[in-house]
Amino acid sequence: MTSRAIAWTDSLLPPLTFFTMASALYLVFVYVPTDEAQGIVQRIFYFHVPIAMMTYCSVATVALFSILYLWRGDRVYDRVAHAGGELAVFFCSLVLITGPIWARPIWGTWWTWDARLTATLILWLIYAAYLMLRSVSPGVEGARYAAVLGIVGAFDVPIINRAVYWWRTIHPAVLVNREGGTGLTDPRMQLALAVSFVGFFLLFLLLLRLRTDSLRLTDSVEDLRQQALTA
Amino acid sequence: MSGLLVEARGLTRRFAEIHALKHLDLDVQTGEAVAILGPNGAGKTTLLRLLATLLRPSAGSLKLFGKPLNDGGAQARRQIGFLSHSSFLYPDLTPIENLEFYAAAFRVTDASERVREALNEVGLLGWRNRPVGTLSRGMEQRCALARALLHRPSLLLLDEPFSGLDVDSAAMLSAILRREHEQGATILMTTHELPRALEACSRGIVLARGEARWDGSLIDVDLDALRQTYSASTSAS
Amino acid sequence: MSGLLALIRKDLRVELRTKETLASLLLLGILTLLVLSFAFEPGSESRGEAAPGALWVAVTFSAVLGMNRSFASERDNDCLQGLLLCPVDRGTIYLAKAAANFLFMMAAQAVILPVFVFFFDQTISSSWLGVMACLALGVLGLSAVGTLFAAIAVRTRAREVMLPLLMLPLVVPLFIGGIRTTARLLAGRPLADVAQWLNLMLAFDLVFLVVGWLVFAYAVEE
Repeated sequence: MTSRAIAWTDSLLPPLTFFTMASALYLVFVYVPTDEAQGIVQRIFYFHVPIAMMTYCSVATVALFSILYLWRGDRVYDRVAHAGGELAVFFCSLVLITGPIWARPIWGTWWTWDARLTATLILWLIYAAYLMLRSVSPGVEGARYAAVLGIVGAFDVPIINRAVYWWRTIHPAVLVNREGGTGLTDPRMQLALAVSFVGFFLLFLLLLRLRTDSLRLTDSVEDLRQQALTA
Repeated sequence: MSGLLVEARGLTRRFAEIHALKHLDLDVQTGEAVAILGPNGAGKTTLLRLLATLLRPSAGSLKLFGKPLNDGGAQARRQIGFLSHSSFLYPDLTPIENLEFYAAAFRVTDASERVREALNEVGLLGWRNRPVGTLSRGMEQRCALARALLHRPSLLLLDEPFSGLDVDSAAMLSAILRREHEQGATILMTTHELPRALEACSRGIVLARGEARWDGSLIDVDLDALRQTYSASTSAS
Repeated sequence: MSGLLALIRKDLRVELRTKETLASLLLLGILTLLVLSFAFEPGSESRGEAAPGALWVAVTFSAVLGMNRSFASERDNDCLQGLLLCPVDRGTIYLAKAAANFLFMMAAQAVILPVFVFFFDQTISSSWLGVMACLALGVLGLSAVGTLFAAIAVRTRAREVMLPLLMLPLVVPLFIGGIRTTARLLAGRPLADVAQWLNLMLAFDLVFLVVGWLVFAYAVEE
């Protein structure tokens, strides 16, 4: 990306994100009608679903930039992958928090072993391991190992989802998966979801940019330190 | 065929931000015996490991045996013998088992005879059935030498091969290197002992901080000038 | 190909000499079965239901903890560098190690499985062939993932904990598939009923053998 394009993005992205998220908050808490079946707590759905999508977005980012890093060796790719990994854990955590908050009033239990949430939990463990691997092996070596894990993890995600989904649906005695489609007929609800979606995507991009930049600065400091030591 | 066994252009290798080797250009003809001299941290071992395809260059190009390393170096490795401080021998296996493995991996055709021949050459035939872990350091090093020469490599890369050797082993190594050279092998040897370099090699390269400071013939060389270059490169600049 | 065989033969030879990996795999598997036996009262309903789970916990944990050894043997005398000097692709080194690990784990199953039958009071029937096939698929996947990450874990600081940490979430599909398949086969269901799980496990194995073969160079070179 050219530096002009980056500068442009840097000035546009924060206000745009703020505006969209603010709109989303308004729409979700004020504009949208309360769902008759589930009550107020259903509003979490408008956050929970986009956040879950951002988790997969982060995982894809890690995978893509891990491949680019191994192939090309440019450290920028590694930094984006690293930031993506952090965001994966971040968004995953939010999913795992909003899920039970939603489930508890409706089904009376915190954790229902629902397929989606279980698969998300496993995802959380994989990317938490990704971050731990990075912290335990610093530098270029750690970047390469993390890239390997980033690629393997992404290939595993569809297989994990399939396995967990089969595991749950072949057990009819268990609670039905509540996420069966959006089932949203009310256009106001659709609007709220769409805006929330855009808002969270912009947030993802913003955080990715901020973290990548922060990692770049960390690397620069480390480089300077190394050069000073060997000079 | 250019007759150049090694052709390196702008060879660079970084470890994080440390430049172990900076834009090195190097040409080695088939049959040369080159000593790579220099203080610790000069990049000698890094250069050797790059040539052995154990490391990939961060930048620059490397051609071995007249061809670039396309397949990750597997073809080139068949003709390279590498000797290092570590022996690369499995301590639980005997010398004969270790060499049988390497012979199979390197596709040596007359494996069992060749293994015996190699062990005999380094004087280990009597210890061939004792696990390598039970051998003395000197014997282990001799076994490592047998391993390096097992597949009759045409390029020998030796990293400080004389360090820590007893007098007999050192004499054996000298004799073997001389013979290999006479039979047309190309030798690159790192050392920080000038006498060894002068004895075994016809060309010397002085490396310091990843760069070549001197490159010339060691035959009838002006020893004082060389020593000066060497100490200049050793002291901090 | 001859390089691949030479590498496998070398690993088998080293293992036969030391028997360290086999011992770890066996002991860990048996100990896990023992500990799980204490978790479920003998003779209770839940014990019968938990049996397939117990078997797969034993297999998975012994694999995850035992595979740390597979690259430990290459640490002495820098033997890994010796492997990298051989005229073979890095991917071939990976396949050879994975094959050797697979063989060791299957050898361990030859003991773990009878111990399981013994502790959990199972009756042998023709469905056991299906169970063994399922075990083979699971062990193959564990080996594929484990070999790749063992190479990485052995070079990191917290190496004892790194391999289980990395492997366990990744091999969940094998674990779920293995338990489901074993439970159904032991309950007398036909092979057709478990076909989809076996296919999933097979897909897992193939995907990760290929991925491992492609990226192993990055795990093992400097």
